[in-house]
Amino acid sequence: MTAAATIAQQRPAFLAGLLRQMLRIRRFEEKAAQLYGLRKIGGFCHLYIGQEAVAAGAIAAIDLSKDYVFTAYRDHGHALACGAEAGAVMAELFGKATGCCKGKGGSMHLFDVAHHFFGGNGIVGAHVPLAAGAALAIKYRRLNGVVLCFFGDGAIHQGTFHETLNLAKIWNLPILFICENNQYGMGTFYKRVSAVEDLSLLGASYDIPGRQINGMDVLEVYREVASAAAHARGNGLPMLLEARTYRYRGHSMSDPARYRTKEELETYRQQDPILMLRTVMEREGVLDQRTMNQLDEQCKQEVERAVEFAEKSPQPALEQRFEDVYA
Amino acid sequence: MPVITYREALRQAIDEEMERDDRVFLMGEEVAEYEGAYKVSQGLLGKYGPQRVIDTPITEESFTGVGIGAAMLGLRPVVEWMTVNFGLQAMDQIINNAAKLRYMSGGQITLPLVVRGPNGPAEWLAAQHSQALQALFAHVPGLKVVAPATPADAKGLLKSAIRDDNPVIFLEGELMYAWRGEVPQGEWLVPLGKADVKRAGGDVTIITFGRPLRAAHEAAEQLVRQGVEAEIIDLRTLRPLDEATLYASVARTNRCVVVDEAWPLASVGSHVAWLVARNCFDDLDAPVELVSGDDIPMPYNHALELAAQPSAQKVVEAVKKVMYL
Repeated sequence: MTAAATIAQQRPAFLAGLLRQMLRIRRFEEKAAQLYGLRKIGGFCHLYIGQEAVAAGAIAAIDLSKDYVFTAYRDHGHALACGAEAGAVMAELFGKATGCCKGKGGSMHLFDVAHHFFGGNGIVGAHVPLAAGAALAIKYRRLNGVVLCFFGDGAIHQGTFHETLNLAKIWNLPILFICENNQYGMGTFYKRVSAVEDLSLLGASYDIPGRQINGMDVLEVYREVASAAAHARGNGLPMLLEARTYRYRGHSMSDPARYRTKEELETYRQQDPILMLRTVMEREGVLDQRTMNQLDEQCKQEVERAVEFAEKSPQPALEQRFEDVYA
Repeated sequence: MPVITYREALRQAIDEEMERDDRVFLMGEEVAEYEGAYKVSQGLLGKYGPQRVIDTPITEESFTGVGIGAAMLGLRPVVEWMTVNFGLQAMDQIINNAAKLRYMSGGQITLPLVVRGPNGPAEWLAAQHSQALQALFAHVPGLKVVAPATPADAKGLLKSAIRDDNPVIFLEGELMYAWRGEVPQGEWLVPLGKADVKRAGGDVTIITFGRPLRAAHEAAEQLVRQGVEAEIIDLRTLRPLDEATLYASVARTNRCVVVDEAWPLASVGSHVAWLVARNCFDDLDAPVELVSGDDIPMPYNHALELAAQPSAQKVVEAVKKVMYL
């Protein structure tokens, strides 16, 4: 079989994999919102609904046996895409002992080190140098990995972002900086607080190439990240990608998002990442309504099982609060 | 035993640990080609090359974060801050990341990291370059905090810190780098979390750490002439604190003076004074005295800056107070 034929043969399963990943994140987040309303989940809870294509497409484009992922606090989707068990993530949101961080991290601090998912970081922009440190370790050990560092349009103006881009360039670190521009840093429209409207230009001061990509299109995200990762891997050529995306919900559960119009939200719903991929698959004849329903049903069931696991899991013992402070 | 400087003792520690473990590397401002702002890293670039002795731009927040990130993947970075004053730029990395990542991840992350640099008053440098900031670090669970006062402790504690699997803040002193003392060659480890009796005596316990150890020794010599034998305890590690050694001493002497060159409010010294007052209440024959730095930013004028710091005279006066002399 020719290479092209192999790719063609694998394409339906590849597309179905991306669709499934986005769907399970969507269903997980919808359920999290519901459970937050029931006070099963507390504190700050930042939902990823609308942005699924970015985590799903980017993480599908790397190899987590040697690559690493860092993100900020809107992290449920990235954790799931890296392979964290939905049950362990849901239990963490519940604060249960079986959570991926034993109930000590919560929504904003998910970690799954076995799957190379390093958080789950709650201070805006503060994880960007950590990701560069991981890239330094990869280079130091002459491994062939790459680090994906996700952050938002709010974090891009932090000093850590700018300092770290400089370091990544002078040290030729294998890292991709992926700005998920969902257009609002909490309630502030990004253009109000940015000297440039095209955030991909912000790499230019550090001689790091930047590209704007459509963060609602999972195939474009996959393609761009795969290509940038290939450049970064081994060659140590960092890159900045600005994934233009949109969150349908407020910044966190307490935000009714009155700073934007219904029309604006509706415009983005028309470009919904799941809808877009579904359309592509139907056009290619690799998805019908029945398969779609099956897939959706599987994702819903996975989330139901996760909720059941979280519900039935024990609370951590009070003495456990003293554990894991020191190695 | 060879007599070397505090600076050379630190260098030996880093050199020996880099030689025995290739995961150990040094990173910071001027550490490589300039060979260290205080020459601690002299010769290391030539020996280990630029991959393991890494010059950084003047961006404390990000290169400290890079050290944390590298430790998350199993390297054992030694991050040098040119001074702890500049390290304030990186406090978010230390408090929110280094101290928290293990806990927030439910124990999934291990951070074998040392962040080191000179802390405490220097000379003629005024308020921004001359301050003792140990309390800021000692306050934070998840960190270990070390402040060696002698060349032998500097070497032994730094080697232990580099081998420790936790983030360790290692506080040196600009005015201490030229101090000389006997230091064992080769393998010499001083455990973290252990205080040291630097001078034995039965009449009063002086608890201190870092540079004021010298003032404590001078005070003890003066007190001998007045028939007072002071016991001097050097904390060496500020977190975790070795409380048992303090209480054992105070149980014998029944009197205690704590010396800490930091500001007095919420300092390591004030905390130790409270611990002793509370836990040795029945043993104490006088209230615990605290000799601290003055509660002011450090002035530039030399006479003023000396007046603002603990001195042998201030320690002697505090001892006389607790002895009702």
